[in-house]
Amino acid sequence: MDENQPSRGFLFTVFLISGASLAYQVLSIRLLSIVSWHHLAYMVMSLALLGYGVSGTFILLASRLIERAPELAYVINAVLFGISSVGCFLAAQTLLVNPAQMLWEGQQVVRMATMYLLLSLPFFFASNCIAIAIVRHKRHLHRVYAVDLFGAGLGALGVVLVLHALSPGATLKLLGCVALIAAALAWSTLGCRPRSVSAYLALCALLAPLALSQPWAELRPQEYKGLQQALKVVGTRIVTERSGPLGLLQVLESPKVPFRIAPGLSLNTPALPPEQLALFTDADAMTAITRFDGDLRPLAFLAYMPSAAPYRLLKNPRVLILGAGGGMEVLQALYHRARRIDAVEQNSQVIGLVRDHYRDYTGALYARDPVHIHVAEARGYIATAAESFDIIQIALLEAFNTSASGLYALNESYLYTVEAFRQTLRNLAPDGLLAVTRWVKVPPRDELKLFATAVAALRAEGVEHPARQLAWLRGWRTSTLLVKNGKFRQADLRELREFCRTRSFDLAYLPGMKAHEANRYNLLPEPYFFTAAEALLGDDADVFADRYKFDIKPATDDRPYFFQWFKWPVLKEAFASRGAGGYALLDLGYLMLLATLIQALVLSVLLILLPLRFINRRGPSGPRALKVKSACYFFAVGLGFMLIEVGFFQRFVLYLSHPLYAMSVVLTGFLVFAGAGSMTLARHATPQAAVKRAVTAIVVITLIYQAMLPMLFAATLAWNDAAKIAITLMVIAPLAYFMGRPYPAALQTISERAPLLIPWAWGINGCASVLGAVLAMVISIDLGLSAVVYLAALLYVLAATLRL
Amino acid sequence: MSRTIPRRAYRLRRAALCSLGILLIAARGVGAGEPDEYGPARLRMVDTIEEEFRWTASMVGPLDPAVAEIMRKVPRHRFVPDDYQGHAYLNQPLPIGYGQTISQPYIVALMTGLLDVKSTAVMLEIGTGSGYQAAVLAELVKEVYTIEIIEPLAKLARERLRRLGKHNVHTRIGDGYFGWEEHAPFDGIMVTAAGDHIPPPLVRQLEPGGKLVMPVGGFLTQYLVLVEKAGDGSVTTRQLLPVRFVPLTGDH
Repeated sequence: MDENQPSRGFLFTVFLISGASLAYQVLSIRLLSIVSWHHLAYMVMSLALLGYGVSGTFILLASRLIERAPELAYVINAVLFGISSVGCFLAAQTLLVNPAQMLWEGQQVVRMATMYLLLSLPFFFASNCIAIAIVRHKRHLHRVYAVDLFGAGLGALGVVLVLHALSPGATLKLLGCVALIAAALAWSTLGCRPRSVSAYLALCALLAPLALSQPWAELRPQEYKGLQQALKVVGTRIVTERSGPLGLLQVLESPKVPFRIAPGLSLNTPALPPEQLALFTDADAMTAITRFDGDLRPLAFLAYMPSAAPYRLLKNPRVLILGAGGGMEVLQALYHRARRIDAVEQNSQVIGLVRDHYRDYTGALYARDPVHIHVAEARGYIATAAESFDIIQIALLEAFNTSASGLYALNESYLYTVEAFRQTLRNLAPDGLLAVTRWVKVPPRDELKLFATAVAALRAEGVEHPARQLAWLRGWRTSTLLVKNGKFRQADLRELREFCRTRSFDLAYLPGMKAHEANRYNLLPEPYFFTAAEALLGDDADVFADRYKFDIKPATDDRPYFFQWFKWPVLKEAFASRGAGGYALLDLGYLMLLATLIQALVLSVLLILLPLRFINRRGPSGPRALKVKSACYFFAVGLGFMLIEVGFFQRFVLYLSHPLYAMSVVLTGFLVFAGAGSMTLARHATPQAAVKRAVTAIVVITLIYQAMLPMLFAATLAWNDAAKIAITLMVIAPLAYFMGRPYPAALQTISERAPLLIPWAWGINGCASVLGAVLAMVISIDLGLSAVVYLAALLYVLAATLRL
Repeated sequence: MSRTIPRRAYRLRRAALCSLGILLIAARGVGAGEPDEYGPARLRMVDTIEEEFRWTASMVGPLDPAVAEIMRKVPRHRFVPDDYQGHAYLNQPLPIGYGQTISQPYIVALMTGLLDVKSTAVMLEIGTGSGYQAAVLAELVKEVYTIEIIEPLAKLARERLRRLGKHNVHTRIGDGYFGWEEHAPFDGIMVTAAGDHIPPPLVRQLEPGGKLVMPVGGFLTQYLVLVEKAGDGSVTTRQLLPVRFVPLTGDH
């Protein structure tokens, strides 16, 4: 390697390593979601990414050593990236971490820290490669940086494509091989001796999958996961498996102790569930595939669940099921003789299982008349559906335990927002019903948020008396809210009362209902539901929501966190009453997010400040003011980049109707166009001028987008996917192009004035990116997505005023 | 000063005698002839539970003294894996392997008390787990029938209960959904391994006047469900929060 232009071959290895590293980042979240839990995956991976930050510090400290043989250092780091990407994950999955147990047990914290450490190693080695390349080609660093961004962008896209064909475990091994091939190519293109090493490395890459085909290299979900527990029952086994980017699907049969899945089934039921198979997604979230042979009689139990209430009011309805899953709600509609059933499911593999693989078992449920199945995301479907429906059912999809612990708090959901409800109401035929079923929690949380959302949506639609269009009933385990497109009639109310009486379900709210009618069969300490309904329909709804100890204010598209209920005062009470089970009151998701932010902040500050001691001893590092300015500048730019990326990503999730595809398109778009911005940087007279122009453009474009994007999205939401992806990329292109410039432009400046600061700046950028991702989440939960984008623009302005 | 010394000495003597007595009682629960190094810890655990009940009594009622007495005797450390024996008498849930947990002692005391059964009662437990709950019930009632779905866990529990001489506990490996028909009806049923609904067959096997208790949640108990079958066969359920908590501020 020399100080001249990097060769194309070498840049290709940078491309491969960057791509594999970002692919590994996406894949690790998938892998950890399978062996552990999604929220834990998010926290672990956020902190593991600090490996990027550590890398800057390491390169700085080891600069003398690396300078002696940078080529060797590059290849060694590439090899270690390949080995650690597979090895560290396999080691990390053996650590049994149970988030709930962490509240009691210090040992769990140590295991968690070990997990961070193990998973940060691959990022550390990959980042070392890029940092070494940037330092060695500092005159052309914008090109190296651009290739790094191109690689990362295509890595994000590539891994999603690969996950369609390979299992997550096989994809992991593939990434390890890609890193080893990059090392082999680097050895060759850098002219290292002996040449045979290159061949050996390539051979290792080819043989590695064989070596890793042993049982010890398989994914091992933690024993607390639903799948593992189900498998402990004698005779239970996995009979079918499908893997895709949306999740690992596993179907279990249990002939000795049959599955009986019927959420909230009434104790008065005359019939029990028939034979069922259990469908697990990512080794958790169990739903049922129910045996059906065309005879409706064995399905009688489906009339004894709160979700059956709308069928009591409407005969032979046209039904839309949002979240078809294994088909229980579809069967329920069929049992109640719906004349047309449209069922929406976002995972085509779930549909494939029920429609094709279990065609005979399910009585061709997804292929029989009058069922019409659609592969789509629910919000996207209702936004574009031309028909109107008599009943729209939002199925209960998430598992109770995960839901009850508030672990979905970090998952944005555009299905339970005021805007989504308004859209859904418009899709209802006159007198049609929207039915939403939730798990019952004590005291209630999301159930009340749901009611508040419905009230807000009705008001926003111009309904003067929302109270007349709402009915709410609950069993001991689930509650169902009915929102009618029109007023409930007395006959409707009589039917609902009878429905509840015969099933021992409680009336949570009915128009004109008296207080003594509430809380009769399933006694709560107080009639929480009725009290809340009355308050939320009254003039003091806001006061009630403020006084309620959980966050029950409606979710909106700007703050789409329906599952976030945490409020600070509960923490104190939960801790004080931990001896009586008080921790169960805590919503762990938000707390884990904050814990992640605090840990990331402390570690970042350490990683940024620690190297300064060494920089001072090592000669030409520039004046102190330059260091302070550099630190602030790179931190602001790193944070700003991430905040914009996350802020816009969330909006595109809604537009593209799918988190995973939105992530691929948005991430790839941002990184590739930012790479293009960096690549063309040399055309500018001075780096300062480039920064000024770029920041001006970023701020202007951001503000325009804030105002215009909702309109653009509304106008084009019904367009086909290809057109929407094209629009997304066109929207991202100019913004990302300019976002790709401030970082390499300033790096050029310091490469001339204080080259020692380059790896430090690289580390700061890494830390800021990690912090930015977590901070964006915290801000969007607390203040909304708009606040995230405005803060990002402010940070860019701040960076420009530093005039680095 | 001269007066306080003998008084203190008297108090110490009294405390020592009391402790000895309690230790002897506690040792009786562990097993004849076995030293009980955890006796004092067990007493402290029950003190902690009593303290918690003083706080939560307004929500869940007082601690049943008979249950407290039994929990002073039953050696919880014998029901947890070796690694966790040191934690056995802390008021916290513990993992017992196979993805299962042993409930927080406070929750055990609360659920047992909620059943409100007589010494002549016949009990059914669905989900033996470690066997600790069955061991507590065994001291309280005439017969305990307990069913566990996970075979190795059931075998471990059976062996533990046998060693502790709980001969009135009858274990079975298998499906608890349909209860234990041969020994029905039951005066009380405890379902510690709940699915997404209460199995209706269990309610049918409940004696009129009997109660069924079920915790909802995983490692942390979210709430308890108490099913009460009246003399006329009608059924009501109650959902209880184990903790003193009012969801509205300023409404204590």
